[in-house]
Amino acid sequence: MKYVDEFRDGGLARNLAASIAVEVQPGRSYSFMEFCGGHTHAISRYGVADLLPPNVRMIHGPGCPVCVLPIGRVDMAIELALRHGVILCTYADTVRIPASDHLSLLKAKARGADVRMVYSAADALALAQQQPERQVVFFAIGFETTTPPTAVVIKQAQALGLKNFSVLCCHVLTPSAISNILESPEVRQYGTVPLDGFIGPAHVSTIIGSRPYEFFAEEYRKPVVIAGFEPLDVMQAILMLVRQVNQGRCDVENEFARAVSRDGNLKAQNLVAEVFELRREFEWRGLGLVPYSALRIRAAFAEFDAEKRFPLSYRTVADNKACECGAILRGVKRPWDCKLFGTVCTPESPMGSCMVSSEGACAAHYTYGRYKNMEMVNP
Amino acid sequence: MSEVRKGYVRALDIKQGRVDMSHGSGGRAMAQLIEELFARAFDNEFLRQGNDGALLPPPGSGRLVMATDSHVVSPLFFPGGDIGCLSVHGTINDVAVMGAKPLYLSAGFILEEGFPLADLQRIVQSMAAAAKEAGVPIVTGDTKVVEQGKGDGVFITTTGVGVVPEGVELSGDRARPGDRILVSGTLGDHGMAIMAQRESLGFSSAIVSDTAALHELIATVLATDADIRVLRDPTRGGLATTLNEIAKQSQVGMMLQEPAIPVHPEVAAACEFLGLDPLYVANEGKLVLIVAEPDAERVLAALRSHPLGRNAADVGSVHADPQHFVQMTTGFGGRRIVDWLSGEQLPRIC
Amino acid sequence: MCLAIPARIVDIDPTTDMAVVDMGGVRKEISLSLVEDVAVDDYVIVHVGYALSKLDPEEAAKTLALFAELGEQGALPQ
Repeated sequence: MKYVDEFRDGGLARNLAASIAVEVQPGRSYSFMEFCGGHTHAISRYGVADLLPPNVRMIHGPGCPVCVLPIGRVDMAIELALRHGVILCTYADTVRIPASDHLSLLKAKARGADVRMVYSAADALALAQQQPERQVVFFAIGFETTTPPTAVVIKQAQALGLKNFSVLCCHVLTPSAISNILESPEVRQYGTVPLDGFIGPAHVSTIIGSRPYEFFAEEYRKPVVIAGFEPLDVMQAILMLVRQVNQGRCDVENEFARAVSRDGNLKAQNLVAEVFELRREFEWRGLGLVPYSALRIRAAFAEFDAEKRFPLSYRTVADNKACECGAILRGVKRPWDCKLFGTVCTPESPMGSCMVSSEGACAAHYTYGRYKNMEMVNP
Repeated sequence: MSEVRKGYVRALDIKQGRVDMSHGSGGRAMAQLIEELFARAFDNEFLRQGNDGALLPPPGSGRLVMATDSHVVSPLFFPGGDIGCLSVHGTINDVAVMGAKPLYLSAGFILEEGFPLADLQRIVQSMAAAAKEAGVPIVTGDTKVVEQGKGDGVFITTTGVGVVPEGVELSGDRARPGDRILVSGTLGDHGMAIMAQRESLGFSSAIVSDTAALHELIATVLATDADIRVLRDPTRGGLATTLNEIAKQSQVGMMLQEPAIPVHPEVAAACEFLGLDPLYVANEGKLVLIVAEPDAERVLAALRSHPLGRNAADVGSVHADPQHFVQMTTGFGGRRIVDWLSGEQLPRIC
Repeated sequence: MCLAIPARIVDIDPTTDMAVVDMGGVRKEISLSLVEDVAVDDYVIVHVGYALSKLDPEEAAKTLALFAELGEQGALPQ
């Protein structure tokens, strides 16, 4: 696979590992946060952490939109499917999230709800065209990468004059999540975030460009390196961050130059701006209410807004009191610091956002890396 | 008075006909369906006995093995096979991985009212061809019909019996530290061939299901007299699930080498597209063998000498581990666990 | 949050703004609504059925070259 295999080469990995080992200053620790669920997954699946020197620590940030999706929003999707008899179209990532009343979309399906897994928003639109007598609702989750496709189908629905298609919009924004972390309670307490830099998300950046990160680099004095999706990209980005930290710089650098530009994809950005506007605040699972962090459908497209078409209301559902997802998402605790990790809370029965999808920090660690804990415990 | 042809019975309308409730009622319609469609295709001396049960000769020496499998695959027809041959291969394989020579099969059908007879015939003929090629006759069977909406076209249950000769001891708890882990060929072909047909998630490719009867490949391997500890076919849940099961049963750990694991490039690409891991994708014509280290080369050569084992590979080894983890060294140089599957593997966008 | 893959455009239908892409021999139909100026044989990043951006082959080559650079001291440590 071109542009994939070359970026996973083991030989180059060893080379990069050696370069990083040479450039880290002994006695100094480096903590970098990666933001993109895809990066979390790549780091775990390829065992990237094994190739890093012990004083470089990777922290998994809230880059997984499934993880940060509040239970209350999943409840709304379930309610639409079970009580309003809609065809509920969703990306497969959401169907196992445990919601209220011991339900999930998959369990609701077992009770007769018409839940359909789709690869693309376009498939949901096509379904609405094929079945004019049924209401079709598309459960739209995702960061800036996944938002433009939703904008496209809403506009297409309008052009087609469809009366049976609507969207339950749960799109969230990356820069807001970063701000939230940089302004977390720990910052107020310690005066600083225990982070030395960020690995910027790969595909979100193809849409928003590298420009939005310049604010963070300047304001919070933290370097940002946007990294491609493959494990070699991640390692190169780590090397670039180590260099910046050593040199005392806080610039925005772009390792994913093959797909990301400073301005990003203007066509996609304009489409999104046309269809969506900012919500004043939105609840993020594990982070609480975050201002100006999510999108809702503009009035001009109100007829495609499932929240307007159906009598739905949002109810906050709290996580288990012992759940440490908030601290884990902000990088101040590790999965194994949580009392529930690995026992009550597992991928089979996730209690909180970090375990809910294979990219959450806890799920990734449980699935790919928990042998490390065993080695620590039973050397 | 009109002249009636003596003994005339109107033949089944295979082209346009559909299964209806009378085909399951036990009456003439059902008898005709069985005779014209099933018995004609499966024809053998035992079926010709025409009784409720098949009278079979005693197996002689050795221990009896019996295995059963129900088949609910959708779509019914896919690149490389169909539910019919799949049901024959699957049960033959379940019997054969016990080290047994498969002798006989039974086949039970649950048909949905409205199912086209033309499709049923295609499936039945595919089963007959698979059984004939494998040399394992279908000696008895059953047919039921359920109302429209209560079935997915057709469900098939096959049961097989075989005989394990003396001296063959294969069991999931026999893996030991130092043993090598072998696979007979490329992984993930069947699961991705099925996934390619799915609405929305589908894609087009040359991926073909690997469904096949493995009893002759297994006989070839057993004939080497090598010390084969465990033999399994990694179906649902893929190689990862089968290895985790064995690790637990044998109370050992395993270490795989990712670059050694054979995956067809198109299967790898399809998995990339959908965010799936080939280690967890179903196979229907592959073997996992745990072999004592000194015999591994010999077994590999035997596998590769057979058309169904051409891409056989040594993918790792067994070691002592109180946690019974299946681990893997990635092509990248790092290490990770290959854990039990959490629920069904679903495609992802993240 | 980004399962996106680089794929080669093998066919474009300008009337529907759809394309067929090939990734390792697997083909799928995707939308070009979010990109401009793409041609057959270009590589694009595909996410949930849409091309998000074009891949720049020169930049890709430059990045690969970066990976192969040795560390600051010019030699691999022992």
